[in-house]
Amino acid sequence: MEKRVTFGKWTIGILFAVPQLLLIFTFFYWPAGQAVYWSLTLQQPWGGGNIWVGLDNFRSILSNADYWNSITASLVFAGISTGLAMFIALVLAALTDRQLAGSRLYRVVLIWPYGIAAPALAMAFRFILAPEAGFMAVVNQVWPGFWDPGLDGADAMASIIVAFSWKYVGYNFIFFLAAFQAIPRSLIEAAAMDGSGVIRRFWDIQFPLITPTIFFLLVINITESFQDSFGIVDIMTAGGPANATNLMVYKIYSDGFKGLDYSGAAAQSIILMLLIIVLTIFQFRFIERRVHYR
Amino acid sequence: MASITIRGIKKNYAKTQVVHGVDLDFASGEFVVILGPSGCGKSTLLRMIAGLEEISGGEIAIDGTVVNKLEPRERGCAMVFQNYALYPHMSVSQNIGYSLKVAGVPSAERQQRIQAVARTLELEHLLDRKPMALSGGQRQRVAMGRAMIREPKVFLFDEPLSNLDAKLRVQMRSEIRKLHRRLNATSVFVTHDQVEAMTLADRLVVMNGGRVEQVGTPGEIYTRPASRFVATFVGAPAMNILEGTVDLDGLSLLGGSRRLAMARAGLPVGTKVAMGIRPEAVRLVAPGTAGALDATVDLVEELGAGRVIYVDLDGAPFSVMTSEAVHPEPGSQVGLKISPEDMHFFSSETGARLDVFKASVPEPAL
Repeated sequence: MEKRVTFGKWTIGILFAVPQLLLIFTFFYWPAGQAVYWSLTLQQPWGGGNIWVGLDNFRSILSNADYWNSITASLVFAGISTGLAMFIALVLAALTDRQLAGSRLYRVVLIWPYGIAAPALAMAFRFILAPEAGFMAVVNQVWPGFWDPGLDGADAMASIIVAFSWKYVGYNFIFFLAAFQAIPRSLIEAAAMDGSGVIRRFWDIQFPLITPTIFFLLVINITESFQDSFGIVDIMTAGGPANATNLMVYKIYSDGFKGLDYSGAAAQSIILMLLIIVLTIFQFRFIERRVHYR
Repeated sequence: MASITIRGIKKNYAKTQVVHGVDLDFASGEFVVILGPSGCGKSTLLRMIAGLEEISGGEIAIDGTVVNKLEPRERGCAMVFQNYALYPHMSVSQNIGYSLKVAGVPSAERQQRIQAVARTLELEHLLDRKPMALSGGQRQRVAMGRAMIREPKVFLFDEPLSNLDAKLRVQMRSEIRKLHRRLNATSVFVTHDQVEAMTLADRLVVMNGGRVEQVGTPGEIYTRPASRFVATFVGAPAMNILEGTVDLDGLSLLGGSRRLAMARAGLPVGTKVAMGIRPEAVRLVAPGTAGALDATVDLVEELGAGRVIYVDLDGAPFSVMTSEAVHPEPGSQVGLKISPEDMHFFSSETGARLDVFKASVPEPAL
């Protein structure tokens, strides 16, 4: 059993926790509580009183086809971008783990994308993926009309997925590499002595032993894809074309701050919060069972 | 069963060379122990045989086939690792059977062979457990089972007992020995523990600084160490070494403050030598006895069956092991009687053994 330092008086412990509790309360519980309250009332756009409407806001959102479209887009975005970011990072980390010269450099260089603010990287990708001037312009030269995120919803979705994945590949890579390196060398050697080749060793030994990391990253990536996608969507597509990339988090912003429907936006953010909570619980309940902790 | 031939094996890491041209021959079915201090290149040599380490120069052949470029799995070796290297996410039976699974052995036959190995190692009741839930000794046995089940031509052991407690180590030592007698596969065992080395080995290879110092049976290594290094490394307490110079009728020791009279044969007067004498070969006599060296007792270590007496010989440390019932007080004087036939001589410059004072030298005229 780990030995823990404990405080003789519980008041001292509380005092140490107070600054953190204050921060969490001010910036999470209070606004979240306000959102719950707003979602149950009809707020006036310019302030000055409200009307209690119960669950009417939720009813009107859930009966709106646009909202369901937004949920679908969010799930598509979350699924593909998480899969892409994790798969690329896993391959890169597995390859890096085998040839370690310069791995310290990779670690630093590959964490940089994660440090870039989403709007900044979105701006860069907007230029890179611009149909008339960027890298994709060359492809359009060969197949005219092949690529235009401004017109084609699928292209727009692909653009934001690429931008988001690019940011999270580096983040995932760091965790995967650390997980691979935490596997004792002798285990890989023992498997080699047992006659197992590189690919077989990966599936039989390395992959099962990094499942805790895979699971952790799965939770983080999906949660972040619901939240951190805002800046990318805002700069690259602004939810368009025709709501094709109007992810839930972006719809909250546009309905609330542009459409001035505070109550509807509050109700949407409550639904998004519940969705993330449910997904996380689901992952812990059902996926974690397949995780091997050492 | 396979012989191993090692010719001029070298290993470099970047610019540092850790193994400097080693030549060895292991006969089929032999139990060879490679003994040496940490960093002497013994594990590197073993890993080169296993194929886990690139060979920088020279050639390794197993059963006459040069294996330099072969993958570990193609060499027919099995290895037991120092930290056991059990797959933590697999049960004991999966651990043992993994190599068969990789080799595509059908499940029924695999289970049968796992059972057979488990029976030999008394692991039957543990087959469903994960390595986490095993004790050190049990993990060790699983690691052995994993090596055994493949029926390899060669067993390689990389300090497999060093993580066990003293009692378990002795027990596993005899189990490994018994196992070898039964399987009779060529075994190479690397250790820094000389007791392990002496008790297990058919033949002992002593390494130091990436070179082989001596190859021989444990008896030969103990009685005729080929160099000063081997002499002081093998044997506990370590052999005493006294620097001296050969003079007309004996040895002048410790810069001339002490001398031992004896007949000498072959070494020119003035040769600087390191005289070695095992603590257990020194006899304690009364101080002032003719032909003996007088010394002051520093410390007495009680071992139960005997005692190690550390004495001070004009500032030089010296130890005596005796099973006689003598208990000298620290600070008291004792006489040390050393017979010429028990002495070993090594060159002061190279440390190589000098075989000039034969065991047949008559008792010195005193």
